[in-house]
Amino acid sequence: MEHLDQTGIEQPAFDKLLQEVQKIGEEVMRPNAADVDAKARFPRESMDALKKLGLMGAYIPQDLGGMGLNISQVGRLCETLGQYCGSTAMIFAMHQIQVACATHHGLTNNHFRDYLKQVAAGQRLLASATTEMGIGGDLRSSICAVEVEGDTFTLTKNAPVISYGSEADDLFITSRRSPDAPANDQVHVVLRKTDYELEPTMSWDTMGFRGTCSEGFIVKAHGNINQIIPTPFAEVLSHSMHPTAHILWGSLWLGIATDSVNMARAFVRDMMKKNPNAPQTASLRLAEVHSILQEMRNNVHGCALQYQQLLSENNTDGLDSFSFSVKINNLKISCSTLIIEIVSRSLLICGIAGYRNDTKYSLSRHLRDAYGASLMVNNDRIMNHNATLLHMHRGD
Amino acid sequence: MYSEKVREILLKHGRLSTPVDQLEDTSDLYNAGLTSLATVGVMLTLEEEFDIEIPDSLLGRKTFGSINSIIGVVEQLKNSNH
Repeated sequence: MEHLDQTGIEQPAFDKLLQEVQKIGEEVMRPNAADVDAKARFPRESMDALKKLGLMGAYIPQDLGGMGLNISQVGRLCETLGQYCGSTAMIFAMHQIQVACATHHGLTNNHFRDYLKQVAAGQRLLASATTEMGIGGDLRSSICAVEVEGDTFTLTKNAPVISYGSEADDLFITSRRSPDAPANDQVHVVLRKTDYELEPTMSWDTMGFRGTCSEGFIVKAHGNINQIIPTPFAEVLSHSMHPTAHILWGSLWLGIATDSVNMARAFVRDMMKKNPNAPQTASLRLAEVHSILQEMRNNVHGCALQYQQLLSENNTDGLDSFSFSVKINNLKISCSTLIIEIVSRSLLICGIAGYRNDTKYSLSRHLRDAYGASLMVNNDRIMNHNATLLHMHRGD
Repeated sequence: MYSEKVREILLKHGRLSTPVDQLEDTSDLYNAGLTSLATVGVMLTLEEEFDIEIPDSLLGRKTFGSINSIIGVVEQLKNSNH
């Protein structure tokens, strides 16, 4: 783990950036979100607009050509994007998770410094291949292995899900360290488009997050051994991938929940305008859901801030502690549960106008996206993990 | 001086995919297959066998990362008891 600067950028500059992102949201993302969802297509125009702003380098340090945001600020970007298009926000979040892995564990390594420079300069989009056919969703086990010969390697992996796999420029992939290594002895390898071939195995026709195009592929790769992140994957996962993923996912789910409450609020206001004597039930429901949204927001922002502090203090003991893992798992379980709760309550407020697909209050996409949250890394798996970790927790 | 006992505990509760006698004191136990569930068993037995209580601040991945790091924590806690 490198010592990371988490100063981020000054608030006025960040506010300005947020405004620019909101503009993209209003002008590009929201108008295309329904089409992306209906066709389960990659949100190309939205991603192009984000790249134009340099956002693929949002978390890359400024001396490497990136924006130098801290993790809380990247979370705020995900939250904002989530208010316009869940799929675009998810793709953006997943990209930033990979950037965090490379930045946190490669900043003093010349190969990865050069690599991060290229990501920022070329606005390269990074995808991830962690799960593997035959493993059952456990990130900490691999069947496939890197086969090293001299200073080159080959690798073949049967990955049931690689989000935006065919659209990505580079692919971060996990595997065993060598063909004779145990399943848990894993490395994290950074492949470039020219290093691998993808053979499609499974399509992505799902209830929600349809634009992430998370198809299955067999990956056949080769490369140079300096593309293997020097830190064992176990550490990359616990220090970087696990906290970043749950914080950034939580952030974009918060964005989706926020948008649904905004729609409910607009609906109540329209209703009051049309009929000032209408019963107050919807207003009360709005007050209720608003307090739940605040609970979710505070949890996301609080965990992001805590992670930011641990990183800036280079507190590896804190990052390694079981209590921090439990907290990050709780964040995921809580947010993925609350998003369904919040969107469902918003739907009750908007009523049939929210249930329809052809009104400005339609919440169909929000609700379908919401149900994905508890399934991507299944909550039951996480809950079981916490049940175990809590045996080793003395109390808060 | 605790190495033998720690290895015995790992053999019994570690559920490692690499046999304990093939591990160095510095080998990475997570790469050798130590899971969080197995860690619970290892921790409880360490506390029982050495009559120690591992505080929250030491309950992390680092403590259980290698035989050496486990021994280090046991020594630290044993010494602070006296």
